[in-house]
This record gives sequence, structure tokens and C-alpha cells, in this order.
Amino acid sequence: MNWEEIFIALPKLLDGALLTVELVLISCIVGFVIATPVALMRSSQNWWLRNIPLIYTYFFRGTPLLVQLFLFYYGLGQFEAVRESFLWPVLREAYWCALIVFALNTGAYTAEIFRGAIQAIPHGEIEAGVAIGMKKATLYRRVVLPRAIRMALPSYGNEIILMLKSSALAYTITLFDLTGVTRTIIARNYLAIEMYFTAGVIYLLLTFIFIQVWMRLEKHLLRFQKV
Amino acid sequence: MSKDTPALEVTDIHKQFGTLEVLKGISLTAHYGDVISIIGSSGSGKSTFLRCLNLLERPTQGSIRVAGEDMKLKREKDGQLGAADKKQITRLRAEIGFVFQNFNLWAHMDLMENIIEGPTQVKGISKKEATEKAAELLNKVGLYERKGHYPSQLSGGQQQRAAIARALAMEPELLLFDEPTSALDPELVGEVLKVMQMLAEEGRTMLVVTHEMGFAREVSSHVMYLHQGQVEEFGRPKDVFENPKSERMKQFISTEL
Repeated sequence: MNWEEIFIALPKLLDGALLTVELVLISCIVGFVIATPVALMRSSQNWWLRNIPLIYTYFFRGTPLLVQLFLFYYGLGQFEAVRESFLWPVLREAYWCALIVFALNTGAYTAEIFRGAIQAIPHGEIEAGVAIGMKKATLYRRVVLPRAIRMALPSYGNEIILMLKSSALAYTITLFDLTGVTRTIIARNYLAIEMYFTAGVIYLLLTFIFIQVWMRLEKHLLRFQKV
Repeated sequence: MSKDTPALEVTDIHKQFGTLEVLKGISLTAHYGDVISIIGSSGSGKSTFLRCLNLLERPTQGSIRVAGEDMKLKREKDGQLGAADKKQITRLRAEIGFVFQNFNLWAHMDLMENIIEGPTQVKGISKKEATEKAAELLNKVGLYERKGHYPSQLSGGQQQRAAIARALAMEPELLLFDEPTSALDPELVGEVLKVMQMLAEEGRTMLVVTHEMGFAREVSSHVMYLHQGQVEEFGRPKDVFENPKSERMKQFISTEL
């Protein structure tokens, strides 16, 4: 093991890790914002509301993330209309493409996690809100969503961890995230084992920190459950 | 409100599930201060009837009048009567306290939060004022020391008493109880019945679907006996229990007591 080279590469790898964290953080926040209304639609009584978002969730859950990245980054530019639209300055940037695809991807998974949670809320608690005279909006804001998010917390944490690992695909569209930086350094120093080992340790560390934070969040938000 | 206006007037409530007619025309008038026990064997429609009164269940036919105000109903696509005026129904629901068999406290809120939820979110009362009032109510049902507990940390009897306090916090015109002690262990039934008796003595208007014949007999002012979706017997508990007119009521009493 060439520890000296690892030490030399470390600052650059950490720079890459920073981009990884940035991509995951932003896409998970945007994904959450997308997922909430989609989950509400998916759990609606109305057939159209329930099934229209399926087009979205089916596509993003049914195809590999890598394919989605390529379709957005290399595919969209094939269309004259896209190149001439006001969106082109955004869509031609790998950074924005990755963010958009990651957010839509995690949004689709998160929506289905939330839908499951919404449908698992004990019906009686919803009835209690109806019976006390809550308007629909109040009922969702005060009972359905807070309850659903709490129930979804463990599986939602899992989804975020998966997203952290999936973000390694960002390098395939030229981004210098942790994996991207690692590969670039290897191309120069040929120390594949050392560099991948270090990258792996950094991913592990990021996951560890995330799990600590998430466990605290769960402990706080799920304190109502029996110990 | 004039003293003669009944708290609740229900006329000719029918409820049909598919081809099954569960309620076959039930009418009932509850004056202020009345405590009406609704009894009957399971499947007689008593819970369905109670749930129709605040439209948790939509009746197929009939009319409901709360404190002199007609509940606006309209025929919906599936043939049932739903609320015609969303604002009105939420307002009327806020005036009708409902206590469920399974308590249905909001699990993610502690007791205090459960009780101030309705007043603050539905009635728009300030948190401070609602909390003061809730403290009184928790005291009344003997749960003030548990105000920071979550429902999962309480016994069924405590949860049901809290659920009653939650209903009371809305200062309802009338209280509906849907088998409030049926989900409780036998040794916990008493504490809930005691709270209900206290409310009855305060002169609150209550409709109680129950299997507790002792309560129906001792506490209520009227008893309504339902059989297969119809009112088989109605009257003062003394008359109903001691001189039942119908054969079925006689049978029912002999099996229940």
C-alpha cells in the first residue's frame, strides 16, 4: 500500500467528496419536494390523479440510473428544439443534468415510499381529524403528512444512502465527484487499489455520518412509539 | 338559541350498502341534557346510525338537524347523501364531539397536543388559551400528570379518557360515543364509564352506542333499542328495561343481563 500517494491524493479526493455531498444533498431535497405531491396523488381516490404520476415513477424506477443520465446528457442535445430552447444553457451542463436526473430519480422512489406510508396510517386517526371538523388541507398538514413522514423515515433513510452510492455514476457524464476524481488520479498514478480503497473509505465515512444524523432524527421524531 | 330547540333532530335515516339495507328509517330527537343510550345486538346498525350523524358514514336517505340548523345534503354519484356545503359540514362536525371505540388519538402527538389540536387548528383559538383549557380538561379526566405522554404509553382506559377530553375541548353541542368501552379490558371499563357519568350529570347532551346495560339503565335518560335497522323500542330506561313492549327487547335483555 502506497500511503504517501494516498496522502498526496487526499485533498483532491475530499474535493470530489464535497461535490458528491452537494449533489446528493440538493437532489434529495428537490426529490423530497417532488415526492410529497406525487405521493399524495398516488394515494388519491381519484383514478386519474392516482395513475398519471405512474408514467413518471415507472420510467425512473424502471430504467437504470445510468441510462437516465445518458438520455438526459447525451440524448436531449440531439434535438434542435432543445438546443434552441431557453433551457439549453442548463441542460448542456453536466452538473445540472446530474442534479435533475438524480432529483427525479430519487423523487420517484421517495414518492412510492411516502405513498406506502400514507396508506399505512391507521384510518381511525384520519377519521378523528374529520370528526373534529378539520378541513382537508388541515388534515393533510397536521395529521396525514407528519404521520406519513415519520412512518417512512427508516426506508427513506435507506433511499438516501442508496442515492449517495448511486451518485458515483456522475463521473460518467464528466463530473468530478468522488468517483470521478478517483478515476482521474488513477489515470495518472496507476494506483488503482490505493485510490479506490481511499474512495471507499470516504464513502463509508459519509454513510456513517449520515446514519448518525438520521438515527438522531428518528429518535426524535419517533419518540412517540413505544420503547 | 331557544331552550326548546332540540340539540339534534334526525328524521328517517336510511343506509344501504349495496343491496343490504342496514338502517331502515330511524328518527330521533335529542333535547339538551338528554343522554340517550343506543343498544342492540351487533349488526343492528347502531354504530352505522351514529356515524351517519356527522357524516363519517353517508346515509342513503334522511335529514339531520343540529341545534336547529339543517345539515345540507346532496345526492352523490353512488346514490348516498354527502355534504352539500363543505364549510357547513366542517363547522357542524366541530360542534359534534365524537368518541371512537378505538380512541383514535393521534399517535405522533402527546396528550396535551392531542387536546389542543382541534381548538387551535379548527377553531383558531390561541395556543396559550387552548393549553389552559386543556389542562382543566385533563385534570377533569384525571390525566393531567400524563399530559406529556404519548398515546402508546397509556392504557386503553387512559387513552379513551384522553379522547373524551379531546372531544370536550371543542365545546361541542352534543357528544356521540361509539362503543367507547368495547375495546377495553374489563378492569378498565369502569374508569371510562365514570367519566361519562360525570358528563351526564353535568347536563351534557350525549348519544351513546353501548353494550353496557348498567350504564344504559342507570345513567341515560332514554334508551333506544335497535333491531335490524329499525327502532324496536324507545323510552325511559325504567320502562324499556322493566316493561319492554317487544318480544325481541325482552329476549335481548335476558341475554345481555
